[in-house]
Amino acid sequence: MIKVENLVKTFGTKRAVDGVSFSVERGEVLGFLGPNGAGKSTTMRMITGFIPPTSGRVLVGGFDMVEKPTAAKRLIGYLPENAPAYSDMTVYGFLSFAAEVRGLRGSAKKQAIHRAVEMCFLEPVLHQTVDTLSKGYRHRTCFAQSIIHDPEVLVLDEPTDGLDPNQKHEVRGLIRQMGEKKAIIFSTHILEEVDAACSRAIIIDRGRVVANGTPAELRRRSELAGAVTLRVSGVNGAAVRERLSQLPTVKRTTILEEDNHAVTARAFPKSDVNGVLARSIAEAMQGWRIEELHTEEGRLDEVFRSITMPDTAETQEASKKK
Amino acid sequence: MNSWANIKTIAKRELGAYFTSPVAYVFIVIFLLLCGFFTFRLGQFFERNDASLLSFFVYHPWLFLFLVPAVGMRLWSEERRSGTIELLLTMPITAWQAIVGKFLASWLFLVLALALTFPLWISVNYLGNPDNGAIFCGYIGSALMAGAYLSIASMTSAMTRNQVIAFIVSVVICFFLILAGWQPVTTLLDSLGVVWLRNLVASLGVMTHFDAFQRGVIDARDVLFFLSLIGFALFSTGVIIRSRRAG
Ligand SMILES: Nc1ncnc2c1ncn2[C@@H]1O[C@H](COP(=O)(O)OP(=O)(O)OP(=O)(O)O)[C@@H](O)[C@H]1O
Ligand SMILES: [Mg+2]
Repeated sequence: MIKVENLVKTFGTKRAVDGVSFSVERGEVLGFLGPNGAGKSTTMRMITGFIPPTSGRVLVGGFDMVEKPTAAKRLIGYLPENAPAYSDMTVYGFLSFAAEVRGLRGSAKKQAIHRAVEMCFLEPVLHQTVDTLSKGYRHRTCFAQSIIHDPEVLVLDEPTDGLDPNQKHEVRGLIRQMGEKKAIIFSTHILEEVDAACSRAIIIDRGRVVANGTPAELRRRSELAGAVTLRVSGVNGAAVRERLSQLPTVKRTTILEEDNHAVTARAFPKSDVNGVLARSIAEAMQGWRIEELHTEEGRLDEVFRSITMPDTAETQEASKKK
Repeated sequence: MNSWANIKTIAKRELGAYFTSPVAYVFIVIFLLLCGFFTFRLGQFFERNDASLLSFFVYHPWLFLFLVPAVGMRLWSEERRSGTIELLLTMPITAWQAIVGKFLASWLFLVLALALTFPLWISVNYLGNPDNGAIFCGYIGSALMAGAYLSIASMTSAMTRNQVIAFIVSVVICFFLILAGWQPVTTLLDSLGVVWLRNLVASLGVMTHFDAFQRGVIDARDVLFFLSLIGFALFSTGVIIRSRRAG
């Protein structure tokens, strides 16, 4: 549904977006990650046709955004960053305007408004003017505007920004559920949302795509992925370290925590021992009281940090070891 | 047909925005008060002893100079400031439809304010036997001139997110358009002796074109002048918006 080819946007001499390519099909929810100023919003603005790309192409449902903007825009629902809304209108008036612009009239319009109001829980503020709304409600109003015509493509720039935890949960659920039938792109700084809602994620940094894969794939890129964490009681750290380092599957061992009762340690695998590390450790610990033993999946925040800040990630890892 | 529906939707929202804020009512009251003041005090409506609205129309170019940019200044700068321009331009409408829709809404608002001066027309009819055709022409000319000023305000408000700047710049431009056709300026240019320059400047003057309407003459060239001024300014609005979408 969405196809982005070699998108470039320069502001003056600055390349805000620098050769971004990806595509999103129906049934996919693409999470868009990246540090502040990475170019997420700029990319989304080009996808939705708000700003023209310096070079490259955006196709939405087969329509080129530059050549056939109206046809392409008809397919899109867009929640811009900061959720702008006409401050002098009531929530109902605003949604009614959005529905009319999308060509909905009469009972179709009423139904669409009703549906969007229900999905975004706007009932209590329906007749309040937008400038008297709290930030979260304003955000939801703008979100409602983006789904009012049940679009095939949704572009959401930080849809959970400013929402309370319950609403965040609702919106993630909504995105996941809508993602079954639509093509959705949403940007976020909250990495749990990637797990909660995305089928795929892209990390972009300084205008370039630096990672693209399912959440599980990304997590596997973490240094932690595949490491085994264990907690053994009744022994001291030195003994644990010694036994672990004798194993042929273990590359390196760190003691995370040690007290009178128990030791928590982490063993990192040699590169080619995928999967067997946990078993080999369990066997090596025969006779000790193992309280906990599990293989780490890897953490997204660590992947994110190591990809977008390659230098500092290592130093932080090092300081953790001490 | 579809584009007309879009224009109507935009215009409806815009017009609604005028009337949900107190600004609209304040504006109308001020407009009517000033009209009265100019007509009766400066225009010496009664002293003239003449059943016409000449003293009413003659001050319109000056009255509109400040009031029309005040109405038009928020058209695009407010969209820019609040970020709603991003919503508007990503909706399945063209920038054209948005520009025309917004313009028509505020023009309609001005025409409405103008129409509310009808008590003047009633009283002049009560007091004497005016040439109602001429009065009608005056209203047409006045509405066209308001539209021309408004299109310029639309253009300047597309340039900036700051309404005050939009207001000042459009007042300055409109002021030049008044000066261009004003008697003293024409005389000055005459004295320079460059005839084509004088004619060019004079032909851009709002006064020259508005004069005929006041006298009850609708000349196609005058109508064309105002309409092409509107067309040009709205076209420029489009160019400015296209080039400064993100700013
Ligand atoms: N209109 C503009 N003029 C000049 N520079 C701009 C403009 N818009 C964005 N930029 C620059 O482009 C870069 C990318 O900005 P963008 O808003 O896309 O970042 P982002 O990834 O959305 O960041 P955030 O996480 O903070 O929302 C930034 O360095 C920003 O300063
Ligand atoms: Mg952003």
